[in-house]
Amino acid sequence: MYGEEPLFGLLNRIGSPVEGHRPWPRYRLGRDGWLRLIEGLAGNAWSLLGLWGEPKAVHAAFREDFSGDVAVVSLDCPQGRFPSLSAVRPAANRLERTAHDLYGLTAERTTDPRPWLDHDAWDVRRPLSEQPAAPAPNPGPYTFLPVEGEGLHQIPVGPVHAGIIEPGHFRFTANGETVVRLEERLGYVHRGVEGLMQGKPVAEAAKLAARVSGDSTVAHSLAFARAVEAALGIEVPARAVWLRALMAELERIANHLGDIGAICNDAAFAFMLAQASQLRERVLRTADSCFGHRLMMDRVIPGGVATDLPERGAGLLLELVAELRKRFPPLVAIYDGKASLQDRTVTTGFLSTELVTRFGAGGHVGRASGRDQDARRSPGYAPYDELTFEVPVLTEGDVNARVWLRIREVEQSLSLIEQIVARLPAISRGLDYPSVALEAGRGGEGMALVESFRGEIMTWVRLDGEGVVARCHPRDPSWFQWPLLEAAIGGNIVADFPLCNKSFNCSYAGHDL
Amino acid sequence: MLKHILTSLTGGPVTEAAPAPADPALAELAGKLDKAAKARLGRSLSIREVDAGSCNGCELEIHALNNPIYDLERFGIRFVASPRHADVLLVTGPVARNMREALVRTWDATPGPKWLVACGDCAVSGGLFAGGYACVGPVEEVLPVDLRIPGCPPRPTDLLAGLLALLETSAAR
Repeated sequence: MYGEEPLFGLLNRIGSPVEGHRPWPRYRLGRDGWLRLIEGLAGNAWSLLGLWGEPKAVHAAFREDFSGDVAVVSLDCPQGRFPSLSAVRPAANRLERTAHDLYGLTAERTTDPRPWLDHDAWDVRRPLSEQPAAPAPNPGPYTFLPVEGEGLHQIPVGPVHAGIIEPGHFRFTANGETVVRLEERLGYVHRGVEGLMQGKPVAEAAKLAARVSGDSTVAHSLAFARAVEAALGIEVPARAVWLRALMAELERIANHLGDIGAICNDAAFAFMLAQASQLRERVLRTADSCFGHRLMMDRVIPGGVATDLPERGAGLLLELVAELRKRFPPLVAIYDGKASLQDRTVTTGFLSTELVTRFGAGGHVGRASGRDQDARRSPGYAPYDELTFEVPVLTEGDVNARVWLRIREVEQSLSLIEQIVARLPAISRGLDYPSVALEAGRGGEGMALVESFRGEIMTWVRLDGEGVVARCHPRDPSWFQWPLLEAAIGGNIVADFPLCNKSFNCSYAGHDL
Repeated sequence: MLKHILTSLTGGPVTEAAPAPADPALAELAGKLDKAAKARLGRSLSIREVDAGSCNGCELEIHALNNPIYDLERFGIRFVASPRHADVLLVTGPVARNMREALVRTWDATPGPKWLVACGDCAVSGGLFAGGYACVGPVEEVLPVDLRIPGCPPRPTDLLAGLLALLETSAAR
């Protein structure tokens, strides 16, 4: 499946590098170069990392998984049109539809030209383009894909679901109990994050980044901070680097515990939810005691961290690790030993390696289906290069595998917390908390890849000469996982949808922005 | 599993009891909420949660109310799946315009007497999202709000405090 040509080999031939883009290169392509890139994508296994618009340009990021090389490519589109990548990278489709809805960029020869985030509810069309337009006078209903066949019926669900969940619409087509097709319609919680970030000083934009998806607030803050720091060429204090990883691992454990409980609850095994949610609460309270916020929101900031670990923090964290090591394994044993539970999770919601690879899906969705990718290891970032950990990978691709993936990751994160606490560097002299001030009046372009509990976040940022955010695109891992949920539910019964959905646990807010 | 059940039976409840010294605020609230809930609603208050553009931080903390530590149901307050079963809509988020119609329809589907709680800074004031093209702003611009619980996100104890305040407000009507 791997082609002969390396990613940089092709890009050096068809594009020209842009100055001041860190830490990976950005290439400006002409239209011919873009078409050559599409040809190259057809024959190579480069993963799509993101695709985002600007008023007169479109950008896309790729990684050669094989070597870990990452690059951004850009195409000026003065006419507001660009050749679509969706035929060779299906995961690009929803991102292209977003670029259309927000920036008015048209993807030529796309596989699906329907609107995505624009539900005809705003007072404006193409809100972030140079010339926003008045709303459509008589908007029609959204066209769902046609489904034909004998004995089929449709079940529309949402946007308001039965539970404390985020909103989105699911259109099931079923034959009896069996789902023939699921089509998602998302965008209900579009808050205009990218538009609001534009023109904001870095500190204010960081608060928006922290609220892209509340459950991954640490990871999104970290991705934004590292992208800004890359753009400005800043080194943050060593202690801040380690504290960031500490918070990220606490966030990972808390979310995985919540998910393990919730998945079992959706298989009618409420006991596990009751137990796992107590452990989750224990993690949140320790986070609160150590960093002053249960979700650690706004604690990772560009330049470092906003709070230092108190003196008693190390002790609290080690106590937490010890308690979880004692209380978690018996729950795992129960999960493993309950035939009635396994009956629901094993073989349910199967997802093939081929599909997760084609969509570049990461996190538990990708790794439970054999895609061995973790941003902490490749491309990797500090301090993980100095820490010992394994990236669990399974190949079964069912709900059960996604539960086990989380179990294994909790174990790894506990070990990481121990290592971090043991090796936490001291605070630099003269600092109240581990952070450096951002130099005013400088600009640049930066990018970061960060592994959230859900998978890989890519954040790209351009700061103008005044150090103000000119454009920021935080791409949540959910973008590449949502489309696969449609595939995973096919052939399962309608009643197993909550189970499959929870085993993915994609973010609506992170996707809708 | 059997061992777990035995431990649970013999170990006593993990729910933080009313006079728990570790968390006096929660303990104090727990006692009050119980009395007020009984007086007004005969031990029953049904809440339907609606996310109208939240980042999902509020949802995480609302979920925590159902864990055995906070155990909201001991007060007779529970989350229901349909607005038609609800007395209270608990609304989060800065009312994304794409959610506005669904929110209004959910409110219309809720039978009276009914109350609406704006939960979190976004729902209370629009938060960081006020003024953008995609959000309406505070929930009160769309529907009448009976109570505001600020916080980003509010802690579970803040949420408990808010529900108590709601009971007292609604009883005074």
